[in-house]
Amino acid sequence: MGSGRLYAAVAAGGFRRYATYRAATVAGVFTNTVFGVILVYTYLALWDEKPHLGGYDQAQAVTYVWLGQCLYATLAIQGGGAEKDLMERIRTGEIAVDLYRPADLQLWWLAGDVGRALFQMLGRGVIPFAFGALFFPMALPTSVTPWAAFVVTLLLATVVSFAIRYLAALSVFWLMDGMGVNQVLMVTGIFFSGMVLPLNAFPGIFGEVVRVLPWAAQLQMPADVLMGETDPLRAFVFQAAWAVALLAAGRLLQSAATRRVVVQGG
Amino acid sequence: MAERGVLVEGLRAYRLIAGMWVRSSMTYRTSFVVTVVGNLTVTGLDFVGILLMFSQVDSLGGWSLPEVAFLYGLSVTAFGIADLVLGSMDVLGARMRDGSFDTLLVRPVPVLAQVGADRFALRRLGRITQGAVVLGWALVSVDVDWTVPKVLLVPVMVVSGAAIFSAVFVAGAAFQIFAQDAAEVQNAFTYGGTTLLQYPPAVFGKDLVRGVTFMVPLAFVNWVPAAHVLGRPYPIGLPPWAAFASPLVAVACCVLAGAAWRVGLRSYRSTGS
Repeated sequence: MGSGRLYAAVAAGGFRRYATYRAATVAGVFTNTVFGVILVYTYLALWDEKPHLGGYDQAQAVTYVWLGQCLYATLAIQGGGAEKDLMERIRTGEIAVDLYRPADLQLWWLAGDVGRALFQMLGRGVIPFAFGALFFPMALPTSVTPWAAFVVTLLLATVVSFAIRYLAALSVFWLMDGMGVNQVLMVTGIFFSGMVLPLNAFPGIFGEVVRVLPWAAQLQMPADVLMGETDPLRAFVFQAAWAVALLAAGRLLQSAATRRVVVQGG
Repeated sequence: MAERGVLVEGLRAYRLIAGMWVRSSMTYRTSFVVTVVGNLTVTGLDFVGILLMFSQVDSLGGWSLPEVAFLYGLSVTAFGIADLVLGSMDVLGARMRDGSFDTLLVRPVPVLAQVGADRFALRRLGRITQGAVVLGWALVSVDVDWTVPKVLLVPVMVVSGAAIFSAVFVAGAAFQIFAQDAAEVQNAFTYGGTTLLQYPPAVFGKDLVRGVTFMVPLAFVNWVPAAHVLGRPYPIGLPPWAAFASPLVAVACCVLAGAAWRVGLRSYRSTGS
């Protein structure tokens, strides 16, 4: 119980930290809205040429775009969440302080990232989504059940997203600098999450492959659950399986990494 | 005379600072190689996205793949050059917040040169390379009766486009002096702009096209001159010579952005920390 309160406090800290930068949040809302508008027009042109691409109609494609803008910062799809701080702490050696704390390293950072995600969702995600719903035709469910299932997929998506970035951050123990890994995170995040094009619309074998990668848990699954395109239970299992696998891999890598930590005196 | 002195001094300082950052990034070699490859792929995947779209359809907004690739190559190459030269300007807000911007002000070097060269990153050559490759492919596969003016228009577009995007970066930096934390707004015009220009103007609403023609004249990076090269009508009603107006637009943008930067710099108030 005591440790539960500790992680809740860390999560609250993550939330407050991001909530401090109000101007940055407003700027983010603006930018996500602009990108949403650009993408919506290109998708509408695409779905105009080929109706029902990827099993979506036009309204669903539009919904997908705005959900993507809503989750972009929330799930740190191109990076920029907890992993960035973690990398910096590994590089500078401050990680030694984190290891010294009577808390679990992975849970500590997960809690902070969940707090961040919650703020980004409320502060940065909701407005572009509402803007999209106001000015473009969207396919949103009218009953409670899909929305409830959607909330569950969002939580699982947050954990999967963290688990991927945590693994990436730990690599800095060996690489000593996070720039390259951040690039890889960005590339894979944007592309394999389906920010460029819904994974459903990817052709052939390539499409089959990207739809079972962990990134599919981030945007594609919540979108399909919200729009009733997939069985929610199937989505939960898929996301939870990746969450468990990736968190476990993170633990393994973490123990390997901490065994070789050498802190320089100063 | 004095203006010229400032320019020479600024370029020299820019070269020195950029050189320092290049050496610094070479310290972590593996990481540098990964960033270059990463930069190439991150921008490359943009184009893969377009290829994926064209794997499902034959045209987008009535434009064929080589035509869209032509727009894409021009937009990405021009933006890539501006991004290499001035792309780190988005850290300006952070520098003002932590007070390190004040250090730049007391140095006997033009501030714009210092800010522009700040965290100069050679890895950004990746984007230019990738854009140029797509542009090269588009040039040989697009169905155009090449005339001398049309051929000349291609390098003119790249250079003017880079200048227009650079002006957007500088204007964005000036904006950050007032808005500090709101640095991300400029991404909507820089990254948003280059994304927008990768697609045919026919795809977008008329108001949006009007906005990027007359308000933030990004349409002159490629839409307007490329329409002339491809023998298509202008995205909106413009006089026939508009295709050749890009250099003038670029100069006007740079003058305005420079003025905005000076105004911004003069009204800067340190946080005192």
